[in-house]
Amino acid sequence: MGVEGIGARVARKEDKRFLTGKGRYTDDMSVPGMKYAVFVRSPHAHAKIVKVDASAARGMPGVIGVLDGKQLLADGIGNLICGWMIHSKDGSPMKMGAWRPLAHETVRYVGDAVAIVVADSVAEARDAAEAVVVEYRELPVVIDATRALEAGQPQLHPEAPNNLIFDWQIGDEAATDTAIAAAAHVTEVTIHNNRLSPNPMEPRAALGIYDAGDDHYTCYTTSQNPHVARLVMSAFYNVAPENKLRVIAPDVGGGFGSKIYIYPEEIVCLWASKRTGVPVKWTSDRTEAFLTDAHGRDHVSKVKMAFDANNRIIGLKVDTVANLGAYMSLFSSAVPTYLYATLLSGQYAIPAIHANVRTVYTNTAPVDAYRGAGRPEATYLLERTMETAARELGVSPAELRRVNFIRSFPHQTPVIMNYDAGDYEASLEAAMKAADWNGFAARKAEAERRGMKRGIGMSCYIEACGIAPSAAVGSLGAGVGLWESAEVRVNAVGTIEVLTGSHSHGQGHETTFAQLVADRFGVPLDSVNIVHGDTDKVQMGMGTYGSRSGAVGMSAVVKALDKVEAKAKKIAAHLMEADESDIVIENGELKVAGTDKAVPWFQMALAAYTAHNLPAGMEPGLKEGAFYDPANFTFPAGCYICEVEVDPDTGRTKIVQFVAADDFGNIINPMIVEGQVHGGLAQGIGQALLEGVHYDASGQLLTASYMDYAMPRADDLPSFQVSTSNTPCPNNPLGIKGCGEAGAIGSPPALINAITDAIGNNALTMPATPQKVWAAAHAAK
Amino acid sequence: MYETHYHRASSVQDAVSRMEAAGEGKYVSGGMTLIPTMKQRLASPSDLIDLRHIAEMQGITVNGRSVRIGAATTHYDVASSAALKAVCPAICHLASHIGDPHVRHMGTIGGSIANNDPAADYPAAMLGLAATIVTNRREVAADDFFAGLFETALEDSEIITAVRFDAPAKAAYQKFANPASRYAMTGVFVAKGDDGAVRVAVTGAGANGVFRQAEMEAALAANWSPDALATISVDASDLLSDIHADAAYRANLVKVMAKRAVAAA
Ligand SMILES: Cc1cc2nc3c(=O)[nH]c(=O)nc-3n(C[C@H](O)[C@H](O)[C@H](O)COP(=O)(O)OP(=O)(O)OC[C@H]3O[C@@H](n4cnc5c(N)ncnc54)[C@H](O)[C@@H]3O)c2cc1C
Repeated sequence: MGVEGIGARVARKEDKRFLTGKGRYTDDMSVPGMKYAVFVRSPHAHAKIVKVDASAARGMPGVIGVLDGKQLLADGIGNLICGWMIHSKDGSPMKMGAWRPLAHETVRYVGDAVAIVVADSVAEARDAAEAVVVEYRELPVVIDATRALEAGQPQLHPEAPNNLIFDWQIGDEAATDTAIAAAAHVTEVTIHNNRLSPNPMEPRAALGIYDAGDDHYTCYTTSQNPHVARLVMSAFYNVAPENKLRVIAPDVGGGFGSKIYIYPEEIVCLWASKRTGVPVKWTSDRTEAFLTDAHGRDHVSKVKMAFDANNRIIGLKVDTVANLGAYMSLFSSAVPTYLYATLLSGQYAIPAIHANVRTVYTNTAPVDAYRGAGRPEATYLLERTMETAARELGVSPAELRRVNFIRSFPHQTPVIMNYDAGDYEASLEAAMKAADWNGFAARKAEAERRGMKRGIGMSCYIEACGIAPSAAVGSLGAGVGLWESAEVRVNAVGTIEVLTGSHSHGQGHETTFAQLVADRFGVPLDSVNIVHGDTDKVQMGMGTYGSRSGAVGMSAVVKALDKVEAKAKKIAAHLMEADESDIVIENGELKVAGTDKAVPWFQMALAAYTAHNLPAGMEPGLKEGAFYDPANFTFPAGCYICEVEVDPDTGRTKIVQFVAADDFGNIINPMIVEGQVHGGLAQGIGQALLEGVHYDASGQLLTASYMDYAMPRADDLPSFQVSTSNTPCPNNPLGIKGCGEAGAIGSPPALINAITDAIGNNALTMPATPQKVWAAAHAAK
Repeated sequence: MYETHYHRASSVQDAVSRMEAAGEGKYVSGGMTLIPTMKQRLASPSDLIDLRHIAEMQGITVNGRSVRIGAATTHYDVASSAALKAVCPAICHLASHIGDPHVRHMGTIGGSIANNDPAADYPAAMLGLAATIVTNRREVAADDFFAGLFETALEDSEIITAVRFDAPAKAAYQKFANPASRYAMTGVFVAKGDDGAVRVAVTGAGANGVFRQAEMEAALAANWSPDALATISVDASDLLSDIHADAAYRANLVKVMAKRAVAAA
């Protein structure tokens, strides 16, 4: 343990670099001869491309080249793909339409890339991009997913009649229908989950460098998973074979899911670099980010929850329509299916569940995973429904949840998941106590005297993290395994490098991963470096998303540390002529237990590399690698309580307190975990109160800047009260569950339950803007 | 941004000459509106003539109850002027809620008024205070100055050099900020002059920009209290509707903000 080991509140090592402006992001990269790219994008949501005329643009000052989709096709660059196969309930495979990195026939959303201009400066590239004349023949547009399924609507892809990508189900429909028919009470609601724009602080960027001497490509890019990017660019887009393609994701300023996917721009920059003979850099501006970063959520669901006479849930039936936008992004099919419907049991023992999910093409930006990915949609649906049911049944929200909590583990739900451990009552109790739930009535009365409507709401969430057991996800259609790799290199002087396939873009891995090493060997944190984000350095990895870096990435590090420890002990035992089993590692020394004999860590390392005196047959050096494939998902869970005051005159909601009681399993660095929770809560509150993507009927994005897209700011948020009560995860060596998404998953329903409680009207959709809350409050009168 | 030529004008006359010599020139003050517009390539002036360094356009003068604010005075300077706060705290309060610190240290009162954004704060103060807009050519009453969305009485190459007004007996501004931009979704400036005349100016809500609410003015002239507004129902037909707020909601906000402004004055 110790001051820098597991469980210590160590300040983040990487923050010196970030806070002093010394971070090195993709846009900071500069190589000799580098030129700048600007994309020509469709101003229409749906149109045929009649002609691309770049003749004027090519003659403009500073222009190196203008390339279009026909040239890209001729060079054999492949379609963008979705990497998770889902089959419809009739057995047919999902109907994936072609997504060209540069459209050459049809554009399907505003922002679809049509051509790339490479020039000496960004300004010249932009001037030339404006001079590229694209003749379009406009087509009718459909924005809303439910409408897109109706007869006679515009068709996006010939492969997908009626814009239906798949019609999938999970669970036992007959058993669920039987339960509903026999129920003492059925709660029916329609749940909307609003579309969000991810808004990482650093916009996407790509620098493609083609080296004609070696026929080799290097790609700097804003990726959460550079190895997956390399794999996909090699295997599907035919950019280059893996050994001829190096992908580097240097410092990355936030991702929230949106930087998991491989987008057209990085592929096109690499290809353009070869075509033009110069390194090509593109950096998204904020408008492009709003238009083209994969959006999140956008579900509409019809829900029936059936109760017996004792308020026990006996069945849950869900019918969801999920908008996937104009194209299927990399993991878009998995999000509204296996990351969503498998969590529909929540924290509750529900004997019968059935969910039907239809995914739909529309003339909007592609939709994919965004912080929480499917689990926020499931949690919002369940916890809004539970709240509604409690009101209908006339029982307290806490009581309804208590009656239905799962209390013995492992617990097999009817929707695949097998929960390994948890104590939902403990989180509920902790949250209610922290929020002084019992004192609410008095606070409400006091607010009433000030003319304010006070409300309180809770949410009991569960999520599945640590994705994922490779064989399990493989059987469900994943195109990749979801293990993680690590390599621990002890240098001759005893300093240590840990190479990981996880990628840090805000999570603080340079600190927490180093804490594992400091904890194990008692070496100073400063002597440990974490290396990530470069396919030439780290052999392979699956990257960071789904709160997997702790549960999966760190577990791989632990396995590699085990191997290093074993070899280090052998060397030390040999040096001290002791028995290997008597060696203990403490405070940077390898000691013979019960004696004063010790070898300092660095001396053991030096011995490994001089190899003058090693045990017979031992290889020199001290470097070990490991791959870790998790046995199960992990299941963080918790209870969130939100208390609000609504100004009935304006509809403005003020959050007066927000309590988060989480069970994350074991914790490596509580300060970083709290930071993750704070950030997650801010994002969840953003979704519930402020954020929402709006397209007009012609497919123009109305929320294309911060003038119209409302991001949460410090003064929208209260001071959070966060706490954890942890049940260790039994399925990984560190007992970690994961904490990166919980805040964003658990918070929206708590907030909406509080507002609807305050105004006495349950009919409210996210974001709960002042206008909507005011209207709902008045409708309630 | 397209290429442009920057000029730092040393006097109002110098600025006008440079403007008249330019092809498609534009004045720039704080640049808080103009520069983002240029970056988005929605404006492409051949020349930018900077007014911020012209001495005669600077500063706040308070003489008894009469106030003069140079057009190049920043929002921060208005917000933090002790002399102004002593006679008209409402305008200081208004300026302190424009944008963020960066914007307040760069943006100017002249730029804001010349721009006449329908959601900007200052136009409501100018109308509410019955201010006079002083230009290099003439003096225009605020009532005649604001002419619709982003439209004013300014002619080509005309420069706002200052604004003048007499400090009212009572005044206050209440703003309901747009959750995204934090501009006014509805802002109401109320003022009662020494002569008892009442003005109620509304920004952020009108389909044609800032306007005066005559019915409220009459009610408050008769009885200066929030209750005087209780029975007034604001007509939503000339109000803005957008993704943040529809006209009916804005009509409600006009009334709520007006009542709160009277209470705060
Ligand atoms: C992030 C952000 C938030 C903001 N929030 C608010 C807000 O909450 N409320 C609000 O009211 N405003 C807000 N603004 C706008 C801000 O107040 C601007 O400063 C103001 O609108 C323009 O003033 P400026 O001095 O920057 O003018 P500039 O941008 O320099 O010029 C604006 C226009 O006025 C013309 N012009 C400038 N000065 C003169 C003059 N003296 N005579 C004639 N024409 C002139 C210019 O040619 C140009 O057309 C915000 C701006 C930003 C960037």
